[in-house]
Amino acid sequence: MNHLAILPILLPALSGILMLLPPLATRPCAQRRIAWMGLAALVVISGVLIYLVEYETQIYVLGDWQPPFGIMLLVDRLAALLLAATAVLAFCACLYGEARKDRPGHFFYPLFMFQIMGINGAFLTGDIFNLFVFFEVLLIASYALLVHGGGKEKTRAGFQYVTLNLLGSAFFLIALGTLYGTLGTLNMADMAAKVTGLSPEEQAIARAGGLLLLLVFGLKSAMLPLQFWLPQTYSAASAPVAALFAIMTKVGLYAIYRVFGGIFGSEAGALAHIATPWIWPLAIATLVVGACGAFAAPSLRLLTANMVIASVGTLLLTFVINDGQSLSAGLFYLLHSTAVTGSLFLIADQIRIQRGPAQDRFVISRPMHKSGRTGSFFFIAAIAAIGLPPLSGFVAKALFLQAATRLDEQLWVWPVLLISSLIALVAFSRAGSSFFWHVAGKKKAGVKTRPAQVLAISILLTIPLLMTLFADPIVTYSQRAAEDIKNSTVIIQQRLENDRRTAHAVR
Amino acid sequence: MELIFAFCIGVLTCCGAYLCLRGSTFTVVIGLTLLSYAVNMFLFASGRLAFNAAPILGQSESIADPLPQALVLTAIVIGFAMTAFAVILSMRARADLGNDHVDGNPPAVENEIRQKGRRL
Repeated sequence: MNHLAILPILLPALSGILMLLPPLATRPCAQRRIAWMGLAALVVISGVLIYLVEYETQIYVLGDWQPPFGIMLLVDRLAALLLAATAVLAFCACLYGEARKDRPGHFFYPLFMFQIMGINGAFLTGDIFNLFVFFEVLLIASYALLVHGGGKEKTRAGFQYVTLNLLGSAFFLIALGTLYGTLGTLNMADMAAKVTGLSPEEQAIARAGGLLLLLVFGLKSAMLPLQFWLPQTYSAASAPVAALFAIMTKVGLYAIYRVFGGIFGSEAGALAHIATPWIWPLAIATLVVGACGAFAAPSLRLLTANMVIASVGTLLLTFVINDGQSLSAGLFYLLHSTAVTGSLFLIADQIRIQRGPAQDRFVISRPMHKSGRTGSFFFIAAIAAIGLPPLSGFVAKALFLQAATRLDEQLWVWPVLLISSLIALVAFSRAGSSFFWHVAGKKKAGVKTRPAQVLAISILLTIPLLMTLFADPIVTYSQRAAEDIKNSTVIIQQRLENDRRTAHAVR
Repeated sequence: MELIFAFCIGVLTCCGAYLCLRGSTFTVVIGLTLLSYAVNMFLFASGRLAFNAAPILGQSESIADPLPQALVLTAIVIGFAMTAFAVILSMRARADLGNDHVDGNPPAVENEIRQKGRRL
């Protein structure tokens, strides 16, 4: 058993606690250094984990209490990939936030670390109740981070966000109770094994529980009828927080992959693919609503928030098209869209502080200090977000169009995806031309930016570039990561079976 | 016993859902609290209801499932913390926005009713 598997949870937790202790509690500079080091270490750890899972899927049994009774962490390729994405994004967001001139409150960095602990925990857990617990950890940190800094806009967005997520948690628990009542276990692999042996009456209850889980994860990942909280929440949050939130919708998607690909996947007998008929129309509608919202948005932050919704729609589609065989295209797109939306939130903040009172709204204002640099950042990020060649957005969309093989799928997917890309193109062109060309006067407005902020955005923007250059190895890896949803379920089931046999033999 | 238990959960959920749909933050918070009570009872029942059953081996003739009890304990702690946060946040919203409406600006009808009330 390799203890490296639990470090992505322990490291942020311990460094967050360390920052709250008296010698550091009042010194943001020291906290900043610890956060930096912690996140850099996290990037390294996730890199090592990606390397390790190539040889063996890591199963970490806490306290050596045997699953399915004990708590279990699972690191397979999918989890390792998402851990790495979180670590890189968090590092850049933290780097950006640190450079801010106005000093953030005392608890910004501890909260930031706790949020990362929750996100990593949700990616690592192999047990559905712990998924709930880590969801709560990441949510309570995100509540506090969202209202951090104060202001009317944040408080209003915060209350609605908190209320919705509390309702979501209540539904999550009801779903867990229902599933535990029928399946008698909370270990996800064990649930997958037991779901096939249900009687027809129990199947109906388990189906209700499973679809309640879809509701909960739909709320977290901003699936269509549940996406209304997202634009105002993300646009009200401060830039580094909004950039970190770019991975939060992916936590919901990851949970959908694990639950509806693993537990209720193709092996689940009568309950196989119970969510697919729901996800199909909702994913397409989410994509359409996201694109329309991006078109209607009055500011860059709202536009980016709506691009997040559109990306969620695309990712949900990749889960269902081709009977779930095309998830690798989705995982490629997930990495790409996380980096790009994260960088777009940071660029929006750059534009906001450089434009003075006009902020990031699409109105005529005075020119920016560094309009050339900011403009090129915006240009690169926009190309990647729309999905134009040569950046990775294009590769992702090409893979995705290829992935729809049946004619009826193509009829639905191709027009929706291509038209929404066109709408995004128009929206971003309008945004760019109003920021960089529709300027009045010669006097420059706003304040200057700082080098660390530029560095953070540059790091995030090299990701789409690297993903284009190394598209082939990444796609191969993501294919295996997508297969791992089923494979690691089987591995754990075999291990549980072995444990049971040895226990009987001892007795 | 099952019928009464189910009835209680149903009533709590109904009241909670109704209150969550109201316009002012106070009722929403109360609604969330009622919902979390209902959820805790529901989780408790997921290990089946039984009389005189201890969750420890050898203490009584029939054994209750200990896991839902542990889950309820976790859920109570988390729910309590979240409710406390929601209360503080709604007080902050009342102070920041000047009213206790969930949208931050009460609809025109409510304003009219309030003004009429003042005049009376």
